[in-house]
Amino acid sequence: MNFDYSEEQQLLANSVKQFIAKDYTFDARKEILDSAGGYSDRVWSTFAEMGLLGLPFASEYGGFGGNAVDLMPMMEAIGEGLIVEPYLATVGLGGQFIARGGTAAQKKALLPAIVEGKLKLAFAQNERNARYDLSHITTRAQKTESGYILEGEKCVVIHGPCVDKLVVSARTAGKDTASRGISLFLLDRNTPGVSLKTYRTVDNLRAADIRFSGVNVPADALVGKEGKALPLIEEVIDYATALLCCEAVGAIKFANEATLEYLKTRKQFGVPIGSFQALQHRMVDMMISYEQAKSMASLACVKVDSADVTERKRVISAAKVKIADACRHVSQESVQLHGGMGMTEELKVSHTFRRLTTIVQTFGDADHHLERFAACD
Amino acid sequence: MDLNYSPEELAFRDEVRGWLQTNLPGDLREKVTNYQELSRDDLLGWHRILAKKGWIAPEWPVEWGGQNWTVVQRYIFEEECAYAGCPPLIPFGLKMCGPVLHRFGTPEQKQRFLPGIYNGDVFWCQGYSEPGSGSDLASLKTSAVRQGDYYIVNGQKIWTTWGHHADWIFCLVRTDQGAKKQEGISFLLFDMKTPGITVRPLILMDGAHEVNEVFFDDVRVPAENLVHRENDGWTVAKYLLGHERMGTGGIGGSKRELAKVKALATKELRNGKPLLDDPRFRDKVSRVEVELMALEITNLRFLDQLRGGRAPGAEVSLLKIKGTEIQQALTELLVEVMGPLTQPFRPIDAMEFDTSTAALLPRYFNYRKTTIYAGSNEIQRNIIAKATLGL
Repeated sequence: MNFDYSEEQQLLANSVKQFIAKDYTFDARKEILDSAGGYSDRVWSTFAEMGLLGLPFASEYGGFGGNAVDLMPMMEAIGEGLIVEPYLATVGLGGQFIARGGTAAQKKALLPAIVEGKLKLAFAQNERNARYDLSHITTRAQKTESGYILEGEKCVVIHGPCVDKLVVSARTAGKDTASRGISLFLLDRNTPGVSLKTYRTVDNLRAADIRFSGVNVPADALVGKEGKALPLIEEVIDYATALLCCEAVGAIKFANEATLEYLKTRKQFGVPIGSFQALQHRMVDMMISYEQAKSMASLACVKVDSADVTERKRVISAAKVKIADACRHVSQESVQLHGGMGMTEELKVSHTFRRLTTIVQTFGDADHHLERFAACD
Repeated sequence: MDLNYSPEELAFRDEVRGWLQTNLPGDLREKVTNYQELSRDDLLGWHRILAKKGWIAPEWPVEWGGQNWTVVQRYIFEEECAYAGCPPLIPFGLKMCGPVLHRFGTPEQKQRFLPGIYNGDVFWCQGYSEPGSGSDLASLKTSAVRQGDYYIVNGQKIWTTWGHHADWIFCLVRTDQGAKKQEGISFLLFDMKTPGITVRPLILMDGAHEVNEVFFDDVRVPAENLVHRENDGWTVAKYLLGHERMGTGGIGGSKRELAKVKALATKELRNGKPLLDDPRFRDKVSRVEVELMALEITNLRFLDQLRGGRAPGAEVSLLKIKGTEIQQALTELLVEVMGPLTQPFRPIDAMEFDTSTAALLPRYFNYRKTTIYAGSNEIQRNIIAKATLGL
């Protein structure tokens, strides 16, 4: 048993931390948010140069062959710095479908491009009435002589407008909620028939509702086996959930540090408000939430590649329940303890509040995962 | 990062588990897992079995019978014992007076007291709290006045756990009335059979006789029973409190209780289906289970930090807070599973009586103590606020 980062992991954590402190300050981030695309190509290139885009991919594609634990420092940094570039979408979702389900040709064509920063991906899965049910897919892929025609609509595709290619889940057979008959397709965002309604999300990411109207894709756009994609989708979503838990831990860490600093500096009645026991105990409970969340995020990353699928689902769901609770608790308390200032756009803590709020819902909320957790018994 | 036990640690766990299977007497395990009151003989009986094996005080120095185990081995041992349903160890000698004597005792005091603690020949209790001194322990008033080779002790202690079983007591007493409150305190050991000591039971709402009030009326204590320097007892007291809080989050015991909640809730029906499948009930169970998983990893994470030799800080307060909250939640869930069947308390007519179910509500009552004792959870939050957060 050993909870330490390895030397390489520690070096990585330090360099990412330095990058954020120097190049991804709150003001620098604000400029990125106000730019046309809502993310920074320069930051993306830096990620590529630092090797961050290749962390989980095999060395034959230019990557480092790392496991989920190797990505923990990066994900925590994303949470602390509120990084808006499509890292999780590309490295944790899109790239994982290729790496885990793609053909040799797809891997060879796509993974090096991801590692080099030339290819960004997003996963188009959510549908209007699906809630968190991964098998609820009404988008259809009709087989043709040369490939498939996609028809349907996806919603809240995070980072959809920022990326080059989309991984789209669509039904090649079966009823709308059947677990069989789901397939995955990789296509250019600019493919004729793909139309995006883009928007900013509350946490300042770019996203889109995407309509597929008679979209022709070739047969080799298929990722994985036709009709049998659900286990792969579950596997990749679990992987991304483990990473998201680490992002949450980083954001919670920032919220706690900012709040503690505020308690020590803000004075009322002539004394720092941190001298009041009512506030001290609330701050202690926030710290406890952080420690418990960190423990579960670590466990999630260690177990997410477990060969035992039930064990994997059980641990990931437990982690997401704990993380969701911690996100709500710490975000709400951090604003409360900051008082009116915590409500303002000017303080980073209000931005962290928004991100923590969306993390609660992403890949399933606490109720969804409580149910899945119990079903794993 | 590797959250699995090493092969050596797994082998150790199997050794402990196997040994407990053959050496934990079945009647004792029955009593513990059904929450029956344990007698002095029950407690000392188990103590002596472990002492004979050499596992009673693993954290003591090796020359006094310690085992030189790693923090992880100690954790594994404690959790395996708890999960198996072993009686609790009497902590007052092993975890409190013993470590104090190792640290502060004279060679004579060590020779005189430590073997009796180790072998379970002497039952110790703790004289800390007083009616007016709970969380504010240093305000204690019990006085000890030096007369020749003796201290004359007058005053009262309260919440003295198993004081009615005890042969000896270690006490904080005030030896300088004029000094600042932390500075006039001394640490004294005395024989409970000394004239002038009266033990009065305080029966708790679960009906159990666990704690007592202890009165001292001109009790003559030999001056050689003073540990460390006169008026410097607060140093000893703080050292001991650090050790008291060294306990883990009670993970093993909570795992056992969680398994019991699930087993009972599978048999009990609601609307014709197992209660455990009722979503409203199941969510409560799952939430406690997730908290327990998180606490176990947190506990191991802290132990891993201690492995480097660092002294435990406020982390132990976190384990105490979350551990006791989980323990209490589990007692509540057990009561909820059995519902009104938990209300029968004591049989009056000779009859078949389900003592196991009857123990659930008293246990819920009894476990309210866990967030109060050993430094209330509010005091633990004060400690974290000060020591970790710098508030």
